[in-house]
Amino acid sequence: MPTDTLSQAVTGVAPFVRRHRVCFWILALTGVTVLLVTAYLFTDVTGSWDYVVQLRTRKLAAMLLVAVAVATATVLFQTVTENRILTPAIMGLDALYVLIQTVVVYLFGASALAATDPVLRWTVEIVVLVLFATALFQWIFTGAGRSIHLLVLVGVLFGVLFRSVTHLLQRMIDPAEFVVLQDAFFASFSVSERLLGLSAVTITFAAAGLVLIGRQLDVLVLGRAHAIGLGVHHRQLVAIVFALVSVLVAVSTALVGPITFLGLIVANLAYHLIGSHRHWHTIPAAILLAVIFLVGGHLLLERVFDLGTVLAVVIEFVGGIFFLILVTRKGTR
Amino acid sequence: MIVLQSVTKRYADTAVVDDVSIELGHPGITSVIGANGAGKSTLLSMIGRLLLIDSGTITVDGLDVTTTRGALLARRLAVLRQDNHLTARLTVRDLVAFGRFPHGRGRLGPSDREAIDRAIDYLDLDPVGGRFLDELSGGQRQRAFLAMTLAQDTEYLLLDEPLNSLDLRHCVQTMRLLRRAADDLGKRIVLVLHDINFAAAYSDRIVAMRAGRIHVAGKPTEVITTAVLRQVYGLDIAVDEFGGHPMAIYHL
Amino acid sequence: MIRRIGATPGALVAGVALTAALALVSVFVGVADVTPGSLLRGGPDGEAALLLAATRLPRTIALVLAGAASAIAGLIMQMLVRNRFVEPSTTGTTEAAALGLLVVTVSAPGLPLTGKMAVAIGFALVGTALFLLLLRRLPVRTVILVPLVGIMLGSVIGAVTTFFAYRLDLLQTLDTWLTGDFSGVLRGRYELLWVAFAATAAAWVAADRLTVAGLGRDFTTNLGMHYGRLLALGVTIVATVASVVVVTVGAIPFLGLIVPNIVSLLLGDNARRTIPWVAVVGAAFVLVCDLIGRVLRYPYEIPLGVVAGVVGAAVFLYLLLRSSEHAH
Repeated sequence: MPTDTLSQAVTGVAPFVRRHRVCFWILALTGVTVLLVTAYLFTDVTGSWDYVVQLRTRKLAAMLLVAVAVATATVLFQTVTENRILTPAIMGLDALYVLIQTVVVYLFGASALAATDPVLRWTVEIVVLVLFATALFQWIFTGAGRSIHLLVLVGVLFGVLFRSVTHLLQRMIDPAEFVVLQDAFFASFSVSERLLGLSAVTITFAAAGLVLIGRQLDVLVLGRAHAIGLGVHHRQLVAIVFALVSVLVAVSTALVGPITFLGLIVANLAYHLIGSHRHWHTIPAAILLAVIFLVGGHLLLERVFDLGTVLAVVIEFVGGIFFLILVTRKGTR
Repeated sequence: MIVLQSVTKRYADTAVVDDVSIELGHPGITSVIGANGAGKSTLLSMIGRLLLIDSGTITVDGLDVTTTRGALLARRLAVLRQDNHLTARLTVRDLVAFGRFPHGRGRLGPSDREAIDRAIDYLDLDPVGGRFLDELSGGQRQRAFLAMTLAQDTEYLLLDEPLNSLDLRHCVQTMRLLRRAADDLGKRIVLVLHDINFAAAYSDRIVAMRAGRIHVAGKPTEVITTAVLRQVYGLDIAVDEFGGHPMAIYHL
Repeated sequence: MIRRIGATPGALVAGVALTAALALVSVFVGVADVTPGSLLRGGPDGEAALLLAATRLPRTIALVLAGAASAIAGLIMQMLVRNRFVEPSTTGTTEAAALGLLVVTVSAPGLPLTGKMAVAIGFALVGTALFLLLLRRLPVRTVILVPLVGIMLGSVIGAVTTFFAYRLDLLQTLDTWLTGDFSGVLRGRYELLWVAFAATAAAWVAADRLTVAGLGRDFTTNLGMHYGRLLALGVTIVATVASVVVVTVGAIPFLGLIVPNIVSLLLGDNARRTIPWVAVVGAAFVLVCDLIGRVLRYPYEIPLGVVAGVVGAAVFLYLLLRSSEHAH
């Protein structure tokens, strides 16, 4: 009886409570983010203050961009595919990025590639990846009536396939040449300012695209049939979202490499905390959570445990367990 | 009116809807009946733009459904299907508010709020307006979705098997409600039904489909007859009369 | 048509003969000069004969044993879980074995190979048991969800392994365990594979009972058999085979998945009849992958695991999409 009246009382003022819930959590998350960012930049500085802070600022910028890209991409992707366990990274996009790079080297050789402008190369790679990814998504997701679990498994296997083909091609390339090449590849991507700028611009454009789609996204949470009934041009909207997701994931992968499960964790936490279906609420919350995870994770691993660059592995571990919990719980279809 | 001209839909080699030409959406309630696989739901899905039409045309008040902008059609025609599984947690009010999307593209003005209130009120959902859908009973959830389509404020309302998985009480409630909406609000309702007696008791017109084609269309007394039911369902069913409605006696 | 031909003993003999021919080719492919001609010229003590006995024959035997055993291990897993898409690398078994190997390599580097194998088997058993426990907790057990859960479990275990390997500077070593490679097979370093082969022979004998166990506890008990014991037997066989293969030559991804599926597509699902075929096709598949790896970039070798990974993932995808189209 008491719980019943309580829930009655709560539902009576539900809209009020919910509005404040969104505000509360966004503010709380922003607070934590600011705190962590400050701690990351200004604590434990040894040696030249200017140098260290500048270096960290660059690293931080990369993390912020990645957080925005991964969180936004995952929420969008889950909305469009109408589920909460799928992420674009599970679909093997990161592996595809490395594969594309390897194919280019395999076809044109390392020397020709080393000569090209890194910005041009980056642009071409992103474009190719977006085209491929969009085509892949369209092919997989427009087949009607496929179960979401099948799609995840197909995605996982595409990832395995891409990685295997990459391995194969890497062995086909002259071993000596490949080592030289690998250095040339990844060294140029370690947070150069130009790349950061490019990524920021690209992400801004993607965000602008998002604003244009606007509230149509919210209708997608009702599912395809209702969205069409309410006048949404579903096919077109889905194609646009897939393109945006591809761009975002491509940019983030180019910046820091694969972080498969981060999006899954932050998106689901955001839904849970915010309790709203509005993308205007969930996406910012997911972004803040992603920043907290990345910056906090770095702080914890680098400064507290002195573990260096294993954040990706830790995310894989935590995220994998998170995924298993999600599927063993009820209601994920 | 909803006008279908030579509409065909094929899966592989079989035509599920085969060269159908008919006018739907007369004032009142039109029920579409027929055996499983007769093409009822496919027909409704094509009108509702959920399936592409292979050949032929469908127009709603002269607007071609394949070429007209979605939002424009969504202000004339609301569609409700039965697979109402949602991944997001929505309250009843949130859901009903979605019905205003075709009008304001997501921005709610005072007139939208009025429409939402009216729809919630009309379906007696006031007490549960702030509750989440997954906290409601099956019948309440069904009414919430109906409220959304009412808030959409369209002349035509298409429902695909609205009585599926409802108990007898909720079936009767739903049918009475639709009848009321047709009479009071002037809605033109087209629905796919499996229970031919509900169709007979509440409809102004019945369309019987067989093997992808329209078999008969007309008043309940013209369609619910032993001869037509034999052709449509392949069963010999006695038809009696009760309170002016034909009643098929198929349990005996 | 194929089904009827496949059922005859003659067809099986032909299949075995074809695999034997592949094995023969496998023996004579390589950088060093080992051909029937050089063997005859050199005699029993010639360089060619020494090479044959020391590397070529062991390699080919290892290929046949690992291929046949892995394929059958996959089949057993599929019977036990009643799911077409499971095998040691989609149930966390392989990853658990690798973790065990890492643990024993670090904590007791002096242990002989059999000891290391025992530890790996122990870990593989725990990993597989964990997978079976997870399956019980699934709210809905769809065909697709089962391998998905297994792969995710594998990646969680894999993350733990990678973490420690990274901390201990053993990533390179880990990579060789996880990539099947037969180029290092020598006499005296592969014989453990016979253990795997023996385990699969046991599976053959118990095939019918394992099928029954796959139908569940109630069904098994109803027929007067001990469900727990059968399950334990099956899981032990699978864990043993997976561990031995990882310890001796490295993982061969998806082999145990695609071979039984291909055989079942061609010959149907009667376990008694298909088991020999699964063994033969498994051996042939591995021989072919190995040959491809050896000639593709001659004189360099591409590890078998890499070739099998590409082929295996592609075939698995095909099977998945095919089965989903059939469902509609």
